[in-house]
This record gives sequence, C-alpha cells and structure tokens, in this order.
Amino acid sequence: MKVLVTVAEVATVEEDFEIDGSAIDERYLEYDLNEWDDYAIEEGVQLAEEGVADEVVAVTIGPERSEETIRMALAKGADRAIRIWDESFEDTLLDVAAKTRILEAVVEREEPDLVLTGVQASDDMFSATGVALADAIGVEWAAVVNGLDHDFEDGVASVRRELEGGVEELTDVELPAVLTIQTGINDPRYASLRGIRQAQQKEIAATSLADLGLDASAVESRLRLTEMYEPEVESDATIIQGGPEDAAVQLASVLREKGVGAE
Amino acid sequence: MTDVLAIAEHRRGTLRDVSYELITAGRELAEETDGELHLAVIGGHLEEFTRLLSKEGVDVIHAVSNGEEFNHDVYTQIAEGLVEEIDPGVVLVPNSVNGLDYGPALANRLGRPLVSDVTDASFDGEALSTTREMYGSKVETTVEVDAERTVVMIRGGEWPSADDSGDPEIRERDASIDESAVRSTVRAFEEVGGGDVDIADAEVLVSVGRGIDEEENLELVEELADALDATLSASRPIVDSGWLEKNRQVGQSGKTVTPKIYIAIGISGAVQHVAGMKGSETIIAINTDPNAPIFDIADYGIVEDLFDVVPALIEEFER
Ligand SMILES: Cc1cc2nc3c(=O)[nH]c(=O)nc-3n(C[C@H](O)[C@H](O)[C@H](O)COP(=O)(O)OP(=O)(O)OC[C@H]3O[C@@H](n4cnc5c(N)ncnc54)[C@H](O)[C@@H]3O)c2cc1C
Repeated sequence: MKVLVTVAEVATVEEDFEIDGSAIDERYLEYDLNEWDDYAIEEGVQLAEEGVADEVVAVTIGPERSEETIRMALAKGADRAIRIWDESFEDTLLDVAAKTRILEAVVEREEPDLVLTGVQASDDMFSATGVALADAIGVEWAAVVNGLDHDFEDGVASVRRELEGGVEELTDVELPAVLTIQTGINDPRYASLRGIRQAQQKEIAATSLADLGLDASAVESRLRLTEMYEPEVESDATIIQGGPEDAAVQLASVLREKGVGAE
Repeated sequence: MTDVLAIAEHRRGTLRDVSYELITAGRELAEETDGELHLAVIGGHLEEFTRLLSKEGVDVIHAVSNGEEFNHDVYTQIAEGLVEEIDPGVVLVPNSVNGLDYGPALANRLGRPLVSDVTDASFDGEALSTTREMYGSKVETTVEVDAERTVVMIRGGEWPSADDSGDPEIRERDASIDESAVRSTVRAFEEVGGGDVDIADAEVLVSVGRGIDEEENLELVEELADALDATLSASRPIVDSGWLEKNRQVGQSGKTVTPKIYIAIGISGAVQHVAGMKGSETIIAINTDPNAPIFDIADYGIVEDLFDVVPALIEEFER
C-alpha cells in the first residue's frame, strides 16, 4: 500500500511583529513544519514500519525554501518527496479549492491507497483541504482522526474521530481514503542524525504546475486577503508590572483577596 | 437578493448551540440582501428539533428524515440536493468537527469557494466579506470572496444565539439516499476522560501549557497548585505529549471549566483552548508574549517568564 502525506511548511510569528500592508513583515516570520503534519508523517512512517505501507511519499506546496522542512519528513522516514510551486502562488492566499486541485493532480499521478493530512495548518487555519481533496478524487474520508487501526481488514480503515467535549466517534471508512490527522494520535519521533544524513540522499522532486498538467488560471484562488490587522483587544486586563518578583507579590495579594490560599 | 441555507447540527439527541448561532448569522446575511433564510435539519428528533429551531427570521425549515446521527456521506448528499433546489448564495455550516467532516466536501462538490472558521461575515457592497484569524489568532484578516456562491463555515460562539420564536414554513422531506455512495459507518461513541479528578469541579485551576517546555518542569506548576490548594489542568500539547492524563485537558475537545480562578501559565490562548475556559470567573495569564491571545480574555496578566514568576509565587504562598 502506498501512503501519501501532505506536509506544509507554516509561518510562525515572533512575539513582536509588524504588519506590512496585508501581510506580516517577512522579518518577523519563522518557518517550521506544521504541527499537525508531524503527526501525519509519523502515522505514515509507522504504517511502513509495520509492513502495511510499501512507500510513504510526502507532498508539499511550497517555495524552494520549504525544502528544508520537507527534508524533515524524509529524515523521519518518508521515502521521497514532491514539492510543487508556481511563482503565481507568491503573496496569494491559496484557497482550499486551489490546493485541492493541485493535490488532486498529484494523487492522479501517484495513486495512493491512503492520504494523510494534518487537521489544520497553523498559519492559514483552513482545516479543510483533506476533506475537499477526498471528495475531489472520489474517495472516502474522515476528519479529525485521533486513532487509526493499522489492520485495514477488508479494506476498511477503522478510525477514532475526536468530537467536541471529550466525545470520540468510532467510524469505519472504506479505502482508499483521506484522513485528517489530529495531534496526540501518536508520539512523533525526532529525526535521528542517521535519518537526517539519509534524507540528503532522498529525492525531492521539484514540480511545476505544467508538470502536473495544470496552468495557473486553473488554480486561481477565489479568496482575496484584503486586510490584516492586530485584533482589537476588548479586554480590560490589568497588566501586573514591576518585574517577576514584584508581579508575584501583587498577584499573590489579588489571589488572597479572592480567598485563595486563605487558611 | 441572496438566500441563505444554514445546516443545523445535533449530536446524540441534542441540538448543538451553534445551530442557534447559525440562525443569527444567516438572518443577518439574508437581511442585508433581502434574501430568505432556509434552515435544514437532517436526521434525529425532527419534531422536537423543528420546534426548537422555529426562530424569528427563519423562513423555511427543511426537516430531512434520515436516521439518528451524523454521517458525512449522507449529509453531503442531502445538502447538495437542497442547495440545487434552493440555490442559496451562501451555505452556512458550523465550523465544528462534524462541520469540518462534510463542509469542505460539499463546497468541492458544488464547485464553490469555501471560507472556514469565519468569525464575522457581511455583504460589503456586492461581495461577501468575511473575517478570519491567522497564525494562531495573532492577527485578524478580511477575506473577500470573488464568487457569487460560497460555503461559509462559522466559528461557534461568535454570533449570539437566536432566541425569539418565529413561525417558519416546515417542509418535511424523505431523503432518497444513494446508498452506494455511503462508504463510511459510524459504529459508536465513547466518552474519554474519567480518571482521578474532575477538573470541572475545581474552584481554582492552575493550568499549564507548552510554555513549560519539558516534562520535568511540570513539578514546578504542581508545586504551585499545591501551594494554592488548586487543581492542575492543561492545554492540549501537554496531554498530547503524555505528560498529563486526558481528563486534565481544558478546551473544545477536552473539558469545559468554569472555576472561580483560572491561572493560565504558558498557554497562548488558541480558540480551541479558550472555548473550554472562557467562562471562568477570574482569568490570570502568565506569558512572555504580550501579543498572546490569552491576554484578550484575561482579567490579570503578567508578561514575564513563568520560570521567574511561578517560583516567586510559590514562595509567597509558602511563607
Ligand atoms: C480540532 C481541534 C481541537 C483542539 N482542542 C483543543 C483543546 O481541547 N484544548 C487545547 O488546549 N487545545 C486544543 N487544540 C489545540 C490548539 O489549537 C492549540 O494548539 C493549543 O491550545 C496550544 O496550546 P498551548 O497554548 O499550550 O501552546 P502554544 O500555543 O505553543 O503556546 C505556548 C505559550 O507559552 C508561552 N511561553 C513560552 N515560554 C514561556 C515562558 N518561559 N514563560 C511564559 N510563557 C511562555 C508562549 O509565548 C506561548 O504563548 C485543538 C485544535 C484543534 C484543531
């Protein structure tokens, strides 16, 4: 069985930052592997280690810079990687439909039996690409999966979906399928030194839209990010100042006033 | 004129709050363009649900019979059929775990753009304009939709619940489902948690997040909890790492808590965390990042390193 894992490099924002037009100024961004995708990679690699998967392929939509991140997936055990990029993606908010169309073309080429995605990307926070992709390629799916039975008996993936309020749903999903993976499903490994070395040898196939048989107009986003701003804080939080020790003393008196620690 | 179709949500026999919020959001959008608000409720106790959902501003309720519980294959099919018939400009779906399990598929099938996790929406001139957050809620964005027809997923808790009763037309329908396209089966539900404590009962919670960095450091907040005679709780990453049991997790997928005092230590205040603790009487946040969203809902904030503040606080209480 072949497993395709979608991996995103996400931008994280430093503590102090400035907004430049409708984006955060590049100076204040750091890039990292999307937290949810780390769990998806781990799930794929475990399937390979258990002999269930023959090949784990990581796919990312990202500029050249993101090869550093995709290499993490390779270092953790993915066999090879595909990186798709087009200049037209620069400075646009790729919407779910656009990402879906790109990944659909990848699935057509790779024909995986199982696609694993993260529940969400921590930067654009859409949480929707996996399920949209499943529908686009005409396979089953399950969203927010925090448990997966690796047996796949009778071609079925038995999953646990994490609903709100501490309730989990047990669902059977026919393969092939797309599962969006929730944190906590496993314990993602660190890349070993050996893994990191091996990753240097593995293939990252830089792929253009044309390679996928698409042109830029086919993946034009219908969402436009027109404004970005810091949320207006309605809070009237009292910020306790004066350095850590002094703040602790003041907080202690607030807490005591409210009856905490009173004997 | 833009008609709106909103799809209610229920689970295990109960309508979820977001259903009433969808009505408010839908009514606002429909009113802005003189459109109609259609509501769909799929499966479950239809009679009770339609009665409860008969709120002012709802023009039509489509009560679709099809079994007790949510199944995404069924929901997607039924919703697609309703959209084809009603042709609403906006389809509103809750941004819940189940909403995320069919909304994106529905949008794909309809060929419509999807805007998920929306906290505000309005027709700005002609175009639909939405508000979303990015980067772990550190920024807010305005996202405009370049299309006349969309699927919009709304975040729970952002619109008030509709409460005035109304008198909508009720259309009962039998769903004819293409069973060959139903390839997933919900087997059961399970409650998680249990364990030694119920954090929902605690009056004072010392809650720890990823800022604690390492498992060994948990001792420090345990000490603080002891000194304050408080109960220890946590954000999700602490539980994901296996450092604390699941029954200690506060948030959307954990417990909802409403203590007198909630002390958030090294917790950023992601929406899914806040969903579980915003009802606390007094919220105190200790975080090095002045822009952490937790400060938006805190009553008291300390912008310092927890490893400096917490020991000092323990000392204060142990003196
Ligand atoms: C479907 C779904 C359901 C979810 N359900 C839940 C849920 O039930 N509960 C939940 O909590 N999350 C839930 N999450 C996860 C949520 O999105 C966040 O990832 C999580 O809440 C972040 O936890 P955190 O605040 O501890 O970590 P982070 O967001 O990493 O924040 C750590 C904070 O610590 C601060 N910090 C770092 N070092 C220090 C220091 N030395 N001193 C002081 N401060 C410091 C940082 O400034 C930062 O603000 C869910 C997510 C999804 C997608």
